[in-house]
Amino acid sequence: MPRIYLDHNATTPLVSPALDRFCRVAADVWGNASSVHHFGQQAKAVLDGARASVAALLGAEPSEVVFTAGGTEGDNAAVRGAMEALEPTGRRHLIISSIEHEAVLQTAKALARRGIRVTHLPVGESGVVEPDALAAALTDDTALVSVMHANNEIGTLQPIAALAALARGRGALFHTDAVQTAGKLPLDVAALGIDLLSISAHKFGGAKGAGALWIRRGVRLGPFMTGGRQERGRRAGTENVPALAAMGAAADYARQSMAANAPRVAALRDRLEQGILARVPNTAVNGSGPRVPNTTNISVDRVESESLLIALDLEGIAVSSGSACSSGTLEPSHVLKAMGFPHARTLNSLRFSLGASNTEAEIDHVVSVLPALVTKLRGLAARA
Amino acid sequence: MSGGVDSSVAAGLLHEAGHEVIGVSMQLYDASHGFGSCCTIDDLHDARRVASHLGFPHYIVNFESQFHRHVQANFLEEYAAGRTPIPCAHCNSEVKFKELLARAEGYGAGALATGHYARLTRGDDGRLRLLRGADRGKDQSYFLFSLTQDQLTMASFPVGHLSKDDVRREAARLGLLGVADKPDSQEICFVPDGDYARFLEREQPSLATTGAIVNTEGQTLGAHGGVHRFTVGQRKGLGLSAGVPLYVVAIDAETQAVTVGPKEALARDTLTASQVNWISGRPPADWIRAEVQIRHRHQAATARVRALDEIRAEVVFDAPQIAISPGQAAVFYDGDEVLGGGWID
Repeated sequence: MPRIYLDHNATTPLVSPALDRFCRVAADVWGNASSVHHFGQQAKAVLDGARASVAALLGAEPSEVVFTAGGTEGDNAAVRGAMEALEPTGRRHLIISSIEHEAVLQTAKALARRGIRVTHLPVGESGVVEPDALAAALTDDTALVSVMHANNEIGTLQPIAALAALARGRGALFHTDAVQTAGKLPLDVAALGIDLLSISAHKFGGAKGAGALWIRRGVRLGPFMTGGRQERGRRAGTENVPALAAMGAAADYARQSMAANAPRVAALRDRLEQGILARVPNTAVNGSGPRVPNTTNISVDRVESESLLIALDLEGIAVSSGSACSSGTLEPSHVLKAMGFPHARTLNSLRFSLGASNTEAEIDHVVSVLPALVTKLRGLAARA
Repeated sequence: MSGGVDSSVAAGLLHEAGHEVIGVSMQLYDASHGFGSCCTIDDLHDARRVASHLGFPHYIVNFESQFHRHVQANFLEEYAAGRTPIPCAHCNSEVKFKELLARAEGYGAGALATGHYARLTRGDDGRLRLLRGADRGKDQSYFLFSLTQDQLTMASFPVGHLSKDDVRREAARLGLLGVADKPDSQEICFVPDGDYARFLEREQPSLATTGAIVNTEGQTLGAHGGVHRFTVGQRKGLGLSAGVPLYVVAIDAETQAVTVGPKEALARDTLTASQVNWISGRPPADWIRAEVQIRHRHQAATARVRALDEIRAEVVFDAPQIAISPGQAAVFYDGDEVLGGGWID
């Protein structure tokens, strides 16, 4: 069965330059980057190259890039690290949006148990945080504001520059989880006016187990893994050289292909969205305003997404309901809940997230298969 | 697929026979808190590994709300009413062969197979007949009495003709090493430690209402901590000392009275049953002879049975039966064939 992959916000296949680089480095550059000798120097050079590539993707300096094992680690390090760093100043207030990824939500919850005051910023039905809400929530005790750049479930872009300006105006640090924008849209940390940004390699054609936390020069964050002196003492542990090298290659590839890919993927996404809205009655797109080009989240009335997801998989079409991390628990999507949707709608949304390798023929196939599946499932739901 | 050996082998045999198999496991309750040390998450992983080993897709579907609505809520209501419920039967007819069956049809499936020890044959009249599993020690037909012809049409019991030992051998032959030697599941899945009283009180603290233990003459012999702790026929846990062994003979949820008496007081030769299902879809026009089983581990006893109306039936045993417990099922058999059954009033 030919399979169609529309779940790129969960993970992406390796782009070929990243795969080549991964294999070559794994085979040839197996030294420990901390070693003094030739083998170590070879590995260190590979890491330097990868760091420069990631910095270029972000509009940052290589020395500001700390390698991590992925987005969750970056989010943890940024949020925990910033709260810890500012504790001596008496700032013990954390502000996050209510539609953050679990990596930030659960970290905030853990900090709250240790006495940190946490404020969740609301979002309207658009799925966007309003700067006014942040202005109202900020206090002189606020240590950190963390708002994601693009939401992983619905794709809406948040007004990071405006939010960051407000936060920094009150002396708070600003972190953004840019896992869903890195490699999809141009990023410029200076223009965003932020302090911390986390990314994950496997969301943009790199390998799992690699990511980066950008820490603006001058922001003093303590070590988040203690041990050796790797990553300037901030993240101890022998580096995952092949995966980090592949991230560098994926970053270069994304930077070069983004201008061509983004509009093409957006056109496919729009074709899919319009096709579904036109062919399947009682469907609605969740979230409005600017979005990442590859994502659409669609509610299909009277069909539990769990059923539709499985029925589509049996047809060879891979999509997701909400975020992959919450599958198996059937928690209503916290994102759609925060947007104020009724319970049923939080359980019947499907996320389609496209990639550069998707084709018009694939999209048309999905649009042709979906209506009959929905009709069938609605009929069975009505019977039961 | 529960992750146990029976449903794993059922799936494996169908797959081997060339059917396109879709593995589905139901997550029925949150085992992460509140239910002690249940191993259900590990069981779901076992099911996933079986599917992956054999090479068919496997999905975990969440039926927590349906299970709670159809099975656990009924379990609580029945105990609160002084009855002794059978959650497995409700799970079969209301969850597996209704909600899950609808899902399966949504996936394009032509049948819903389970690991039940029961068999199906088609009679000369074209109707399906439900038979006891070939392994009488493992027979589960008692829990399937409430399935209708429509439900049975979609049902498949691939291990029903096998013995448990055969099933374990088949599991080994199919390479399902992780499940071949798994112990049988015990009792009620959502009360893994078997302490129903503690489960019920946690779910509904108001159940722990004290009441009187009285004898058949109406004299108070002691006090108890709630009618949900008792089942008709129960002997242990009464906290009484008497010259003769005493058994629970009646439970009155309204007055909270638990009546006890000697074993003879338990003997009854008639019962009526409600929500009766006749497997053929047609209640008999007159008295019929049948063997009637009044609980899972009961040797079916000969009786006369007649339909009182479409959904009620009366049973008259040839000899008195001990401990006919309201809430349990009375299932009518003709030899190995399930004729029907209902819930004891």
